[in-house]
Amino acid sequence: MPDLVIRNLHANITDTDTEILKGIDLEMSKGEIHAIMGPNGSGKSTLSHVLMGHPGYEVTEGEVMFEGVNLLDMAADERSRAGLFLSFQYPFAVPGVTVANFIRMAVNAHRKGGPDGADNPVRIPEFRKQLMEAMEMLEIDKSMASRSLNDGFSGGEKKRFEILQMAMLKPRLAILDETDSGLDIDALRIVSGGINALMGPDMGTLIITHYQRILDYVQPDRIHVLVDGRIVRSGGAELAKELETTGYAEMANKEAVS
Amino acid sequence: MSSEVADVDLGEYKYGFHDEENPVIKIERGLNEDVIRQISAHKGEPEWMLDFRLEAYKIFLSKPMPNWGSDLSGIDFANIFYYLKPTELNARSWDDVPETIKNTFERLGIPEAERKFLAGVGAQYESEVIYHSLKKELEDQGILFLDTDQALLQHEDIFREYFGTIIPSADNKFSALNSAVWSGGSFIYVPPGVRIEQPLQAYFRINAENMGQFERTLIIVDEGAYVHYVEGCTAPTYSSDSLHSAVVEILVKKGGRCRYTTIQNWSNNVYNLVTKRAVAEEDATMEWVDGNLGSKVTMKYPAVILNGERAHGEILSIAFAGEGQHQDAGGKITHVAPNTTSVITSKSISKDGGRSSYRGLLRVNKEAEGSKSKVVCDALIIDPDSRTDTYPYINIMADQVDIGHEATVSKLGEEQIYYLMSRGLSEAEASALIVAGFVEPITKELPLEYAVELNRLIQLQMEGSVG
Repeated sequence: MPDLVIRNLHANITDTDTEILKGIDLEMSKGEIHAIMGPNGSGKSTLSHVLMGHPGYEVTEGEVMFEGVNLLDMAADERSRAGLFLSFQYPFAVPGVTVANFIRMAVNAHRKGGPDGADNPVRIPEFRKQLMEAMEMLEIDKSMASRSLNDGFSGGEKKRFEILQMAMLKPRLAILDETDSGLDIDALRIVSGGINALMGPDMGTLIITHYQRILDYVQPDRIHVLVDGRIVRSGGAELAKELETTGYAEMANKEAVS
Repeated sequence: MSSEVADVDLGEYKYGFHDEENPVIKIERGLNEDVIRQISAHKGEPEWMLDFRLEAYKIFLSKPMPNWGSDLSGIDFANIFYYLKPTELNARSWDDVPETIKNTFERLGIPEAERKFLAGVGAQYESEVIYHSLKKELEDQGILFLDTDQALLQHEDIFREYFGTIIPSADNKFSALNSAVWSGGSFIYVPPGVRIEQPLQAYFRINAENMGQFERTLIIVDEGAYVHYVEGCTAPTYSSDSLHSAVVEILVKKGGRCRYTTIQNWSNNVYNLVTKRAVAEEDATMEWVDGNLGSKVTMKYPAVILNGERAHGEILSIAFAGEGQHQDAGGKITHVAPNTTSVITSKSISKDGGRSSYRGLLRVNKEAEGSKSKVVCDALIIDPDSRTDTYPYINIMADQVDIGHEATVSKLGEEQIYYLMSRGLSEAEASALIVAGFVEPITKELPLEYAVELNRLIQLQMEGSVG
């Protein structure tokens, strides 16, 4: 059985009848990279937040299983500790909390309640070493570790820090929501390099994007095209090229008639 | 999402325990001339002080209750105990403090803090200071640090020169009340050029129900000298109210610097109505770091009068208002001399229906040309039942001044909490972290031990469980 199984997933904006996801089916396993592509307003970001547990959406039907566990019963923090990670399109600032302290808290939250029930916090020298290595990989200046998280960061810096958090939390399923938007070509190369370095048999990556630009750097195994809350087409990496020439609208129409 | 944060119960106040009373003297409830004469007689103080008290009492009676701030209608002056002497001795060693009282201060961590990082300690229990210490080498440099009653008896000349000159009895109803019944508090004199690197700390503990605590503090920092004074305060939780009404007067002479840090954590049945004012002379610096976490009602606006050219005043205020609490806090700066500078930074947090108000006065006199001031007040509201208000009074009479004022109100956002939760933090951890970050500009100004304590208190308030 694949590690991630999404079946007939429907979701509304909480307390409304506005349905955004209209029955999504998707399967993927660790070691794979899948991309979800679609036009603005198709539900791509909603899908990423519904997977992560955003309180602004409610699931009305369907199921999401990860490693055999039903994610929909869990709050966002539990999903994180169960191995999920979402790189936000618009990360929030946390003034007064340094990057290093924040990441250390997050790492410690993941280490809590081990087999012996102990909190088992990471040793500070060990943590600093890992953080510095990850920052080096993402070409982030060391002095940034003591800045307030995302406070006054440029769009591109925020994206790099999302990947830095991912590197430190070592998720088994990473969802990257428009991680390429707002990145210049150098930043895109660095961030993609980071993602590739973190990929391995123990991690699956779901890339959400509406340009195929990032897919030149991070090679997907599968591509799914999302239009109006439904996956209208799935295929291999070549699908991205096809989209470039046909566009989303035509592909959606073609699916509708076929 | 779970609703842990919404269920915060402030009943987990950690310092709400009380000792059995065993007073040496406890004057009957209520206030009249005879009570004041009894207090004065017990203290064996000079005649002029009794006259000062009686005069202040008349002023107290003549002034109406202030009606422009918090609701003070719950104060019943006739139900308060105005003087309680818990023990005969003002000890110089903790071994000489009665066992029960010593245990209380042990639980509050005072002797431990003293051993670790303080230059001197005063501990007041009810009306009297029951323990006092100052490191020998500081005593040898001519520093005076003793309780205010002893200062009056032992150093009457210097005491009389300054006492009541910065905050006259007639300043307001509660300064008049304090002047009539004052007891305890700290007296500090730092000689010219002497810098005390470690803080001096006083700790104020109320124990009895319906107690009134009226300490009086007087600090004189002579030319080029420096002192950091820290005060903390707690009280037991009772179903009826207590009153804390202090007066703090500070003079910082030419080129001197004084920092005064308060971490107020009274129980939720204490009215905390305090008048604090400092005068800074030429090139002097006065800094108030004022943390208000506890009490039922606090009205407190530490003030700096910038009397000498290039004097600098700074007020950092943090208020946390939980259920049933009103923190009416802020600061006052008066620029009297030219080229003086000031900064007021206020951060308030309101939750569970609590109310915090920033009330500030910035006044620049006609002669204070070339002065600069910046006022920043930020409020954070945790839930929709809570409230925040800003009352900034600005009165500029000089030309060529540089004045800045910024105010923000933010709400603890569901989305921001979700972002932190998506990294594995629980909802409570996420909210506590956002609040700790919000007050960081103030906690970073505190000595490490107090910053840790303040963060811990905030975390407790946010988690609703004893940590």
